[in-house]
Amino acid sequence: MPTKFQRWKERITATDIVMWFIGFALLVFIILGSILTLRAGRYTPVQWFDFVIYGLAQGSIYALVAMGYTLVYGVLRMINFAHSEVFMSGPFTAYYVAAYFYRSSLLESHPVICLIIVFIVSMTISTLIAFLLERIAYRPLRNAPRLIPLITAIGASFTLMYLFRGLYGTGFQAYPVWEIFSGKWALFKGLEIGKIQVFVIFAAALVMVALYLFIQRTRIGKAVRSVSEDKEAASLMGVDIDKTISVTFIIGGAAAGAAGVLYALVFKQVFFMMGFIPGIKAFTAAVLGGIGNIPGAMLGGLLLGLLESIGPALFLDGFNIAAPYQLKDAIAFLVLVLVLIFRPTGLLGERLAVKKA
Amino acid sequence: MDGLDIEIKEKTIHSVIGPNGAGKTTFFNCITGFYKPEAGEILLENHSLVGLMPDRIVRLGIARTYQNIRLFPDLTAIENVLVGMHAHLKSSYLGIILNTPFVKKEEQEAEAEANRLLKFVNLETKANMLSKHLPYGDQRRLEIARALATRPKLLCLDEPTAGMNSGETQAMCDFIQSLRDDLGITIMLIEHQMRVVMGISEIITVLDYGKKLAEGTPDEIKRNPKVIEAYLGQGSAAQAH
Amino acid sequence: MEQIRAIWRYGIKVGIIGGIVLILTALIGMIEVFTQRQIIADVVSMGHALYLAAGLFICYLAAERTTPAKPLWIISNSMFAGLTTAFFLVLLIILGRHVNLRLMFINASDLLLNNLLTFGVQGNDGLRLLLIAGMGVGLFTGLFYLLPKFLRTVILWSLAGSAFAGVLQELIRPILANNFPDVISEWLLTSDGLTLKGALSIFIFIALIVISWSIKGGGIRQGWQGLPKKQQSTWRTIGTIILLAVILIAPWRLGLFMSEVMTIVGLYVLLGLGLNIVVGYAGLLDLGYVAFFAIGAYVTALITSPEIMNLNWSFWSAIPFAIFFGILAGVLLGVPVLKMRGDYLAIATMGFGEIIRLLVLSDALRPFLGGSQGIGQIAKPQVLGFVFKGPQEIYYLIVAGCMLVIFVSWRLKDSRIGRAWKAMREDEDVAQAMGINLVSNKLLAFGTGAGFAALSGVIFGSKIGSIYPHSFNIMVSINIVCLIIFGGIGSIPGVIVGAAALIGLPELLREFAEYRFLVYGIALVVMMLIRPEGLWPEEAHKRELHEDKTNEATG
Repeated sequence: MPTKFQRWKERITATDIVMWFIGFALLVFIILGSILTLRAGRYTPVQWFDFVIYGLAQGSIYALVAMGYTLVYGVLRMINFAHSEVFMSGPFTAYYVAAYFYRSSLLESHPVICLIIVFIVSMTISTLIAFLLERIAYRPLRNAPRLIPLITAIGASFTLMYLFRGLYGTGFQAYPVWEIFSGKWALFKGLEIGKIQVFVIFAAALVMVALYLFIQRTRIGKAVRSVSEDKEAASLMGVDIDKTISVTFIIGGAAAGAAGVLYALVFKQVFFMMGFIPGIKAFTAAVLGGIGNIPGAMLGGLLLGLLESIGPALFLDGFNIAAPYQLKDAIAFLVLVLVLIFRPTGLLGERLAVKKA
Repeated sequence: MDGLDIEIKEKTIHSVIGPNGAGKTTFFNCITGFYKPEAGEILLENHSLVGLMPDRIVRLGIARTYQNIRLFPDLTAIENVLVGMHAHLKSSYLGIILNTPFVKKEEQEAEAEANRLLKFVNLETKANMLSKHLPYGDQRRLEIARALATRPKLLCLDEPTAGMNSGETQAMCDFIQSLRDDLGITIMLIEHQMRVVMGISEIITVLDYGKKLAEGTPDEIKRNPKVIEAYLGQGSAAQAH
Repeated sequence: MEQIRAIWRYGIKVGIIGGIVLILTALIGMIEVFTQRQIIADVVSMGHALYLAAGLFICYLAAERTTPAKPLWIISNSMFAGLTTAFFLVLLIILGRHVNLRLMFINASDLLLNNLLTFGVQGNDGLRLLLIAGMGVGLFTGLFYLLPKFLRTVILWSLAGSAFAGVLQELIRPILANNFPDVISEWLLTSDGLTLKGALSIFIFIALIVISWSIKGGGIRQGWQGLPKKQQSTWRTIGTIILLAVILIAPWRLGLFMSEVMTIVGLYVLLGLGLNIVVGYAGLLDLGYVAFFAIGAYVTALITSPEIMNLNWSFWSAIPFAIFFGILAGVLLGVPVLKMRGDYLAIATMGFGEIIRLLVLSDALRPFLGGSQGIGQIAKPQVLGFVFKGPQEIYYLIVAGCMLVIFVSWRLKDSRIGRAWKAMREDEDVAQAMGINLVSNKLLAFGTGAGFAALSGVIFGSKIGSIYPHSFNIMVSINIVCLIIFGGIGSIPGVIVGAAALIGLPELLREFAEYRFLVYGIALVVMMLIRPEGLWPEEAHKRELHEDKTNEATG
């Protein structure tokens, strides 16, 4: 019989060692950075509180968009690369409605009604785009090899992005400001909280809960879940697969349209490429939470928002790095890569991500 | 699976049978390294296989085929066989780019051997066809040729006659026997069709719920009351005759 | 009733979609911008050609869909399609008269709505003309559809050829002027488009080629196959030599602009061939490929530029370092993603690519990598006093690079390692069960691809002289993946064709840069829908098709 050491040597690969090393180094880096930052005491508790609130607001937008990625991945096992353009199309179109309200000073007299209309327009357009996208670009490729839908999605993403650029122009359009959302509410001990952040968090939570209940409780929602669990079985049980997939895109589109308006309210501008970065972040959020898992997308979105907002200050500032805030996107991507490497199922994912589909 | 103890003797045809879900394919997957057994030991000529990567196990001399044929669909028949020979070729990266005499010679020899194997499985005329376009029976035999290309000591065949009619099945049986007789390879066989198993195996192991129910020659198995009761049942018993 | 509805229903269905598509085309300003370029001087502009071609295409689809395919029904459906499409445009024009569309659609100009869409006729006469034109196009298309297939093919090829020549006439002019007597140029071209007689002659010329090929082509192919092996290979050698000669003299014959375009295409061919090994052979979808390109360029910059490290070494000494660091990075980034597959691998590698770009861009690493200011004054390659400075000289460097990479790809393709890669692409588990070590073979693929990318990074850095992080964004990776798949995944000539189509053509049509990515996106989607195997698919498929034919012939 071989000795214990020989057995061990034959079975542990260099890859494992490298991976342990990477994981360990990162852990040390993060812990050391946090300790250094906290010891330096560069940020006041008020600032940390602001970071958390901004992070949550940003994160809830990611969470909404992530729903679209996660739902589509559930039913089609594909990354809907063009979802970021679904997110862009709604608020970009609704901008013209908002601008009209602003010019006609309806915005001042009836801000709530105007806001509702803007939401409806945005969600309608996003839903429509998502629906058409599936019908035209994805449906004919249902059984194609995996690379092909991905390339199609990239192509569709370009097409939509530059279609809207052609229609509405290349410029940044400044979203009108709703007076009701400007300013802050004072809390105790000098803490303040931005009205718009509160609104974003609540509105996003509302939409998410509504969609979640829709998927959990209604017949159509159950069909969506059954298709994402096992397409063949669902079709044997009499679920109309095509219709269910359309519904999935519609739900995702509506969530993205709502998220888009929230995004536009926070950043106060829209343009044709606005979807790209939030799109990738939202996808990261979906992966972080466990792709295919709806509560996971919500959790992942919030976590990613927090990490992005707190991360640069907490992990990097302690090392006296110049302008750590520039690296917030890098932190988001790092989170994505690390999740994929060390926990491909995501935080709440049951499904094995490495499985071959 | 638990408490399974199977010994396979050199140059025998050893069948593993059992009802669906008895753990036959799981057993194969453990031997070839796709699953890791929680406990226990798998030895090939006293070399432990537990926890080794599948590619190491192949190099040690165990090759397999799959129940639902898994060829490389977009490679041609001969390429499939050449892939099987990968482990025994030694061309290095630089050697390939510079096309050294050694690489040239090795490639020629490999191609000759691949053609020989294709001829052995009666596919020499279809060497340049994409494997996905081959008819079913050809795909089965190509898969065996690919496994043979790894120069195995032990060849594990997972239901090689599944989906074949009786003529084809008979041809496959003769073929399996010729593998052992002509090439001297030990063969382990998972089978459903009793006629195949009884006809060609020397030793049969019966599995049920991951446990060994019985082991012995075809005659012993036929007469074993436990087997008849648990597995063969009345209908199948009649078929076995 | 159903029978009667069949006379118009397909036409109206297609017409509605066509109407919406044409409205969008008009509203994004494509038609208006394209009218600035004449195809046939003073007769047809590119805008109107697009407009008419879209109409023709819509009617053609309607005609194709008509069942039962009776001649009269085909014509009526085709006319209904034209009419419906025109009707939508009329609606748009009327809407534009009452509402200021420009508040929302910046390209909905008065010129477009009241002049271009109605062929220059204003007022209600224009609307009537538009409707009549719609029916006219429908009638024409219906009749065209009824022609025998052979004639249709000839006409389509000739039309496409003339249109192509018209669109690219600015390119053709210097080429003609440099290489042929002035008479030809004068016959074909005016200062801003083809002449009518020129267009006609091109039309007839192409028609003749197509006709003669369809009559003689089969014979030639058979004659070729009938030749003995030895003669075939002699002819092939001669062909290769001619091709090489053409490639070598091309930049001096085609002018500066074309050389510039060719260098860009060449760089993408180089990148594409590298990624083809990773994606096409080994099936590992890498969307962070641009990182290795960036590493090549930055290593060159650091080594040869007086900025930052102030080493001032020569261009040639940078090559081994760049390739070494490229391969190293390829392997290091490959290790963590070894266990990932498919989409997950794509996303993880994309993450790596972006992290690297963001790090380079950040102020944190600015002292080492130049941050957003980039690094300038990168050395140009020199040989014995000859400096590769302009595109015409750099071109040779790129051709040499491409040759090297093609050679390596070609050697690897059908070797032991190439087969292992392809097996992993087809089925990773089985590949492993056949004795293929996944770790080392994957890392070999990543390393090889990264090495090629670094090489092209070296050339790129030296070509443009100063590099900035924004040259290395995710779009580059996506472009490369797309060109590989567009050309035919795993196929070496496919990469070249793909690069020419996706990178070269848009470069040639620079003035329409605004629509470049739109057309690019549509092309990708349409390509995946109708011809997913790419323009020039891998050999194995062709080899097999050939085999099938001979089998049929013998059996």
